[in-house]
Amino acid sequence: MAKESTLKNMVLVLTLITCVAAALLAAVYGLTKEPIEQAGVNKVNAAIQDVLPEFDNNPFEEKMELPLEGAAAVQSILYRESAPESLTFYPAAKNGEPVGMAVETFTNQGFSGRITLMVGFLPDGTINKTSIISHSETPGLGDKIDASKSNFSKQFEGQNPATFKLIVKKDGGDIDAITASTITSRAFCDAMVRAYNAYILYKLE
Amino acid sequence: MSKLGILTKGIFKENPIFVLVLGMCPTLATTTSAINGMGMGAATMFVLMLSNLFISLVAGIIPDKVRIPAYIVVIAAFVTMVDLSMAAYVPDLHKSLGVFIPLIVVNCIVLGRAEAFAAKNKPFDSMLDGIGIGLGFTLGLTLLGAVRELLGNNSIFGIKPLEGDGMLIFVLAPGAFLALGYLMVLFNKLKKRTSS
Repeated sequence: MAKESTLKNMVLVLTLITCVAAALLAAVYGLTKEPIEQAGVNKVNAAIQDVLPEFDNNPFEEKMELPLEGAAAVQSILYRESAPESLTFYPAAKNGEPVGMAVETFTNQGFSGRITLMVGFLPDGTINKTSIISHSETPGLGDKIDASKSNFSKQFEGQNPATFKLIVKKDGGDIDAITASTITSRAFCDAMVRAYNAYILYKLE
Repeated sequence: MSKLGILTKGIFKENPIFVLVLGMCPTLATTTSAINGMGMGAATMFVLMLSNLFISLVAGIIPDKVRIPAYIVVIAAFVTMVDLSMAAYVPDLHKSLGVFIPLIVVNCIVLGRAEAFAAKNKPFDSMLDGIGIGLGFTLGLTLLGAVRELLGNNSIFGIKPLEGDGMLIFVLAPGAFLALGYLMVLFNKLKKRTSS
């Protein structure tokens, strides 16, 4: 029943099948484009709401991109060549008064690559809360950086990095590392330090 | 073979995981929890059903020498559709399954069923075969995921019946091999008993 394998037949059939597949994919892409973008925005918005005290503006609309400077920029170039390396700031305000700033920060030193998280700072620089946006750490070990899995990230809450060293205790800081996940804990601190430094720089300007 | 026979043979007699031992890459890698296993199984089932149906429809016009590229294009198209839809409507599950959704394209089960069943049978039978094998795969993955989650994380479908931490090794890669091995033993024991 299969057609003879002549060149004409083969080219014709493969062209036909790829064209149909391409048309179908284009249709599905068009249908899902908006929901996919919306899902990304929802995730960021949920993280912002999670890490900041109550606000009544729309931080997502007022976001600012701050490119990395100095050592952090060099490091990010070394690890990742093409990605835009900047931290995103989402300012929150209530009745016109600033109540805090959510900073989307990252680190490339995770046990399995990049970790992206949202940190909420109060106007005086105190850490309000943190929320993980994406990571690929080992389930059961490194994924305890997620606030729903362990209390690791809670020890940052209410601390001001001006007096609180964002380094694990093993290295002489104030952070209790996750048992058996020192690399992940260090990476988490790295991302926090990056966010804090950028925030201080931003405040000075 | 009866229609019901085609539908149910994949669940027990020709279970892709425990009997045919196909598609081991996603089986071992994505079953860290019951819900992940189930999501992976459902995605594969959907692809299997549609690719089987479509391939059996067009099998008559495909020249023999280019049948494999033709099947792969069909399968890849359906997989990409599933990938996009999951990213849009179940972003969290999509995130945790990661690269294993696009990798369904090279899952032996999908191409194997296209070559061994869909190319030689009627469209409706092929679709039933896809659903049956997909169901067997889903059940296998969910079972493996549930066992690993229960032993490794002391929870099931994210719910903790008892306090405590569990044996972490079952969530990690070696635990996948251990759990799969023991489940396979159990399954084959059961199979032997029912057939004799």
